[in-house]
Amino acid sequence: MEETNRNIYSGQFDIEGGNFNAAGTVSTSIKSILKKLNIPGEIVRKAAIVSYEAEINVVSYAKKAVVRLTVAPKKVHIEVDDTGPGIPNIELAMQEGYSTADQRIREMGFGAGMGLSNIKNYSDEFHIESEVGKGTRLQMTIQTP
Amino acid sequence: MKTEKIVQELGLDVKCGGDYLDKKVTGGYTGDLLSDVMGNSKEGYIWITRQVHQNIVAVASLKELAGIILINSSEPTRETLEKAEAEGIPIMVSNLPAFEISGKIYNLLMSEI
Repeated sequence: MEETNRNIYSGQFDIEGGNFNAAGTVSTSIKSILKKLNIPGEIVRKAAIVSYEAEINVVSYAKKAVVRLTVAPKKVHIEVDDTGPGIPNIELAMQEGYSTADQRIREMGFGAGMGLSNIKNYSDEFHIESEVGKGTRLQMTIQTP
Repeated sequence: MKTEKIVQELGLDVKCGGDYLDKKVTGGYTGDLLSDVMGNSKEGYIWITRQVHQNIVAVASLKELAGIILINSSEPTRETLEKAEAEGIPIMVSNLPAFEISGKIYNLLMSEI
Protein backbone atom coordinates (compact mmCIF):
# COMPACT_ATOMS: atom_id res chain seq x y z
CA MET A 1 0.00 0.00 0.00
CA GLU A 2 1.48 3.33 -0.92
CA GLU A 3 0.30 6.86 -0.64
CA THR A 4 2.03 9.23 -3.00
CA ASN A 5 0.38 12.51 -2.07
CA ARG A 6 -2.80 13.93 -0.56
CA ASN A 7 -4.95 13.31 -3.61
CA ILE A 8 -3.44 10.25 -5.21
CA TYR A 9 -3.62 6.87 -3.60
CA SER A 10 -3.22 3.32 -4.69
CA GLY A 11 -3.72 0.30 -2.49
CA GLN A 12 -4.59 -3.36 -2.59
CA PHE A 13 -6.75 -5.57 -0.39
CA ASP A 14 -7.59 -9.28 -0.25
CA ILE A 15 -11.04 -10.79 0.18
CA GLU A 16 -11.51 -14.35 1.35
CA GLY A 17 -14.39 -16.21 -0.28
CA GLY A 18 -16.96 -17.79 2.02
CA ASN A 19 -16.00 -15.79 5.08
CA PHE A 20 -19.20 -13.96 5.95
CA ASN A 21 -17.80 -12.94 9.34
CA ALA A 22 -15.29 -10.67 7.62
CA ALA A 23 -17.67 -9.46 4.90
CA GLY A 24 -17.58 -5.68 4.71
CA THR A 25 -14.10 -5.17 6.12
CA VAL A 26 -12.53 -4.27 2.77
CA SER A 27 -15.30 -1.82 1.88
CA THR A 28 -15.03 -0.31 5.36
CA SER A 29 -11.27 0.19 4.81
CA ILE A 30 -11.88 1.74 1.41
CA LYS A 31 -14.43 4.11 2.89
CA SER A 32 -12.12 5.23 5.67
CA ILE A 33 -9.20 5.75 3.26
CA LEU A 34 -11.36 7.90 0.96
CA LYS A 35 -12.58 9.92 3.94
CA LYS A 36 -9.01 10.56 5.05
CA LEU A 37 -8.18 11.74 1.53
CA ASN A 38 -10.98 14.30 1.86
CA ILE A 39 -12.97 12.85 -1.01
CA PRO A 40 -16.48 14.42 -1.00
CA GLY A 41 -19.07 12.53 1.07
CA GLU A 42 -21.32 11.68 -1.87
CA ILE A 43 -18.40 10.04 -3.73
CA VAL A 44 -17.34 8.14 -0.60
CA ARG A 45 -20.90 6.84 -0.17
CA LYS A 46 -21.03 5.63 -3.77
CA ALA A 47 -17.64 3.94 -3.43
CA ALA A 48 -18.79 2.29 -0.20
CA ILE A 49 -21.90 0.87 -1.88
CA VAL A 50 -20.13 -0.49 -4.97
CA SER A 51 -17.22 -1.96 -3.02
CA TYR A 52 -19.53 -3.54 -0.46
CA GLU A 53 -21.67 -5.21 -3.12
CA ALA A 54 -18.59 -6.47 -4.95
CA GLU A 55 -17.16 -7.75 -1.68
CA ILE A 56 -20.38 -9.61 -0.84
CA ASN A 57 -20.34 -11.23 -4.28
CA VAL A 58 -16.81 -12.49 -3.69
CA VAL A 59 -17.68 -13.79 -0.22
CA SER A 60 -20.84 -15.45 -1.57
CA TYR A 61 -19.50 -17.05 -4.73
CA ALA A 62 -15.73 -16.84 -5.25
CA LYS A 63 -12.66 -18.39 -3.64
CA LYS A 64 -10.78 -15.15 -3.18
CA ALA A 65 -10.24 -11.78 -4.75
CA VAL A 66 -7.82 -8.92 -4.97
CA VAL A 67 -9.26 -5.42 -4.73
CA ARG A 68 -7.30 -2.51 -6.12
CA LEU A 69 -8.24 1.01 -5.14
CA THR A 70 -6.85 3.92 -7.10
CA VAL A 71 -7.64 7.52 -6.36
CA ALA A 72 -6.73 9.92 -9.14
CA PRO A 73 -7.41 13.67 -9.10
CA LYS A 74 -10.68 13.25 -11.04
CA LYS A 75 -11.80 9.76 -10.18
CA VAL A 76 -11.94 6.87 -7.77
CA HIS A 77 -11.31 3.51 -9.43
CA ILE A 78 -12.04 0.17 -7.78
CA GLU A 79 -11.14 -3.13 -9.39
CA VAL A 80 -12.23 -6.46 -7.95
CA ASP A 81 -10.50 -9.42 -9.53
CA ASP A 82 -11.69 -12.78 -8.25
CA THR A 83 -10.72 -16.40 -8.59
CA GLY A 84 -13.92 -18.34 -8.76
CA PRO A 85 -16.58 -20.04 -10.85
CA GLY A 86 -17.16 -17.09 -13.17
CA ILE A 87 -20.51 -16.00 -14.56
CA PRO A 88 -21.86 -18.01 -17.53
CA ASN A 89 -24.39 -15.37 -18.62
CA ILE A 90 -23.47 -11.82 -17.65
CA GLU A 91 -26.59 -10.30 -19.20
CA LEU A 92 -28.76 -12.51 -17.02
CA ALA A 93 -26.65 -11.84 -13.93
CA MET A 94 -27.06 -8.10 -14.47
CA GLN A 95 -30.87 -8.38 -14.38
CA GLU A 96 -32.24 -7.12 -11.08
CA GLY A 97 -33.75 -10.01 -9.14
CA TYR A 98 -31.79 -12.74 -10.91
CA SER A 99 -29.71 -14.72 -8.44
CA THR A 100 -28.04 -18.09 -8.10
CA ALA A 101 -27.63 -17.75 -4.33
CA ASP A 102 -28.38 -20.75 -2.15
CA GLN A 103 -30.75 -20.77 0.82
CA ARG A 104 -28.02 -20.07 3.39
CA ILE A 105 -26.98 -16.88 1.61
CA ARG A 106 -30.60 -15.78 1.12
CA GLU A 107 -31.46 -16.29 4.78
CA MET A 108 -28.88 -13.69 5.68
CA GLY A 109 -30.57 -11.21 3.39
CA PHE A 110 -28.01 -11.50 0.61
CA GLY A 111 -28.54 -13.02 -2.82
CA ALA A 112 -31.54 -10.90 -3.75
CA GLY A 113 -30.14 -10.28 -7.21
CA MET A 114 -29.58 -6.61 -6.53
CA GLY A 115 -25.82 -6.45 -6.04
CA LEU A 116 -24.67 -5.98 -9.61
CA SER A 117 -27.55 -3.54 -10.29
CA ASN A 118 -26.51 -1.48 -7.28
CA ILE A 119 -22.93 -1.48 -8.54
CA LYS A 120 -24.02 -0.34 -11.99
CA ASN A 121 -26.35 2.33 -10.61
CA TYR A 122 -23.80 3.84 -8.25
CA SER A 123 -20.79 3.76 -10.61
CA ASP A 124 -20.22 6.30 -13.34
CA GLU A 125 -18.46 3.64 -15.36
CA PHE A 126 -18.81 -0.08 -14.85
CA HIS A 127 -17.15 -2.97 -16.67
CA ILE A 128 -17.57 -6.64 -15.97
CA GLU A 129 -15.75 -9.52 -17.58
CA SER A 130 -15.90 -13.14 -16.60
CA GLU A 131 -14.53 -16.48 -17.61
CA VAL A 132 -16.32 -19.62 -16.46
CA GLY A 133 -14.08 -21.72 -14.24
CA LYS A 134 -11.58 -18.90 -13.77
CA GLY A 135 -13.15 -15.82 -12.28
CA THR A 136 -14.75 -12.44 -12.68
CA ARG A 137 -13.29 -8.98 -12.86
CA LEU A 138 -15.28 -5.86 -12.04
CA GLN A 139 -14.07 -2.35 -12.70
CA MET A 140 -15.92 0.56 -11.18
CA THR A 141 -15.15 4.21 -11.69
CA ILE A 142 -16.69 7.08 -9.79
CA GLN A 143 -15.94 10.58 -11.03
CA THR A 144 -15.02 13.21 -8.47
CA PRO A 145 -15.89 16.87 -8.97
CA MET B 1 -35.35 14.19 16.08
CA LYS B 2 -32.58 12.24 17.74
CA THR B 3 -32.44 8.46 18.09
CA GLU B 4 -32.74 8.91 21.85
CA LYS B 5 -36.22 10.43 21.52
CA ILE B 6 -37.41 7.50 19.38
CA VAL B 7 -36.05 5.09 22.01
CA GLN B 8 -38.00 6.91 24.75
CA GLU B 9 -41.23 7.35 22.81
CA LEU B 10 -41.41 3.76 21.63
CA GLY B 11 -39.86 2.05 24.65
CA LEU B 12 -37.08 0.41 22.65
CA ASP B 13 -34.60 -1.85 24.38
CA VAL B 14 -31.12 -0.48 23.61
CA LYS B 15 -28.80 -3.49 23.28
CA CYS B 16 -25.64 -1.61 22.46
CA GLY B 17 -24.35 1.72 21.18
CA GLY B 18 -26.09 3.65 23.96
CA ASP B 19 -23.46 6.37 23.68
CA TYR B 20 -24.43 7.03 20.08
CA LEU B 21 -28.11 7.91 20.44
CA ASP B 22 -27.60 11.60 19.74
CA LYS B 23 -27.48 11.28 15.97
CA LYS B 24 -30.20 13.12 14.07
CA VAL B 25 -32.66 10.70 12.46
CA THR B 26 -33.35 11.88 8.91
CA GLY B 27 -35.76 9.10 7.94
CA GLY B 28 -36.23 5.37 8.06
CA TYR B 29 -36.03 2.27 5.94
CA THR B 30 -37.61 -1.11 6.56
CA GLY B 31 -36.19 -4.22 4.93
CA ASP B 32 -34.44 -7.54 5.32
CA LEU B 33 -32.52 -7.60 2.03
CA LEU B 34 -29.12 -6.08 2.65
CA SER B 35 -28.63 -4.86 -0.92
CA ASP B 36 -32.01 -3.17 -0.81
CA VAL B 37 -31.00 -1.24 2.30
CA MET B 38 -27.54 -0.60 0.86
CA GLY B 39 -29.04 0.88 -2.30
CA ASN B 40 -31.99 2.75 -0.87
CA SER B 41 -31.26 3.96 2.64
CA LYS B 42 -29.68 7.32 3.32
CA GLU B 43 -27.36 8.78 5.92
CA GLY B 44 -29.11 9.25 9.25
CA TYR B 45 -31.91 6.75 8.57
CA ILE B 46 -33.16 4.31 11.18
CA TRP B 47 -33.17 0.78 9.76
CA ILE B 48 -35.94 -1.60 10.78
CA THR B 49 -35.18 -5.26 10.14
CA ARG B 50 -35.51 -8.85 11.31
CA GLN B 51 -31.90 -9.67 10.40
CA VAL B 52 -29.79 -10.17 13.52
CA HIS B 53 -26.41 -11.31 12.17
CA GLN B 54 -23.27 -9.20 12.21
CA ASN B 55 -23.40 -8.20 8.54
CA ILE B 56 -26.13 -5.68 9.33
CA VAL B 57 -23.52 -3.62 11.18
CA ALA B 58 -21.33 -3.16 8.10
CA VAL B 59 -24.33 -1.95 6.10
CA ALA B 60 -25.35 0.52 8.82
CA SER B 61 -21.79 1.73 9.24
CA LEU B 62 -21.05 2.11 5.52
CA LYS B 63 -24.32 4.00 4.99
CA GLU B 64 -23.89 6.02 8.21
CA LEU B 65 -27.32 5.05 9.48
CA ALA B 66 -28.53 6.37 12.84
CA GLY B 67 -29.19 2.87 14.16
CA ILE B 68 -30.84 -0.50 13.69
CA ILE B 69 -34.15 -1.58 15.21
CA LEU B 70 -34.75 -5.31 15.42
CA ILE B 71 -38.40 -6.32 15.30
CA ASN B 72 -40.50 -8.95 17.10
CA SER B 73 -38.17 -8.98 20.14
CA SER B 74 -35.40 -10.50 18.00
CA GLU B 75 -32.11 -11.01 19.78
CA PRO B 76 -28.95 -9.78 18.05
CA THR B 77 -26.04 -12.24 18.01
CA ARG B 78 -23.04 -11.62 20.27
CA GLU B 79 -20.87 -10.87 17.22
CA THR B 80 -23.42 -8.31 16.04
CA LEU B 81 -23.34 -6.52 19.39
CA GLU B 82 -19.55 -6.51 19.58
CA LYS B 83 -19.19 -5.18 16.08
CA ALA B 84 -21.93 -2.58 16.54
CA GLU B 85 -20.40 -1.29 19.76
CA ALA B 86 -17.02 -1.00 18.03
CA GLU B 87 -18.53 0.83 15.05
CA GLY B 88 -20.74 3.08 17.18
CA ILE B 89 -24.02 1.77 15.76
CA PRO B 90 -26.94 1.60 18.22
CA ILE B 91 -28.88 -1.68 18.11
CA MET B 92 -32.37 -1.44 19.56
CA VAL B 93 -35.07 -4.06 19.95
CA SER B 94 -38.83 -3.62 19.68
CA ASN B 95 -41.47 -6.21 20.51
CA LEU B 96 -43.58 -4.95 17.60
CA PRO B 97 -43.64 -6.33 14.06
CA ALA B 98 -42.05 -4.33 11.22
CA PHE B 99 -45.29 -2.78 9.99
CA GLU B 100 -46.27 -1.37 13.37
CA ILE B 101 -42.88 -0.06 14.44
CA SER B 102 -42.36 1.51 11.01
CA GLY B 103 -45.73 3.25 11.25
CA LYS B 104 -44.98 4.59 14.70
CA ILE B 105 -41.57 5.91 13.67
CA TYR B 106 -43.04 7.43 10.54
CA ASN B 107 -45.62 9.28 12.63
CA LEU B 108 -43.00 10.47 15.10
CA LEU B 109 -40.76 11.83 12.33
CA MET B 110 -43.69 13.43 10.50
CA SER B 111 -44.93 15.11 13.70
CA GLU B 112 -41.72 17.12 13.71
CA ILE B 113 -42.17 18.64 10.26
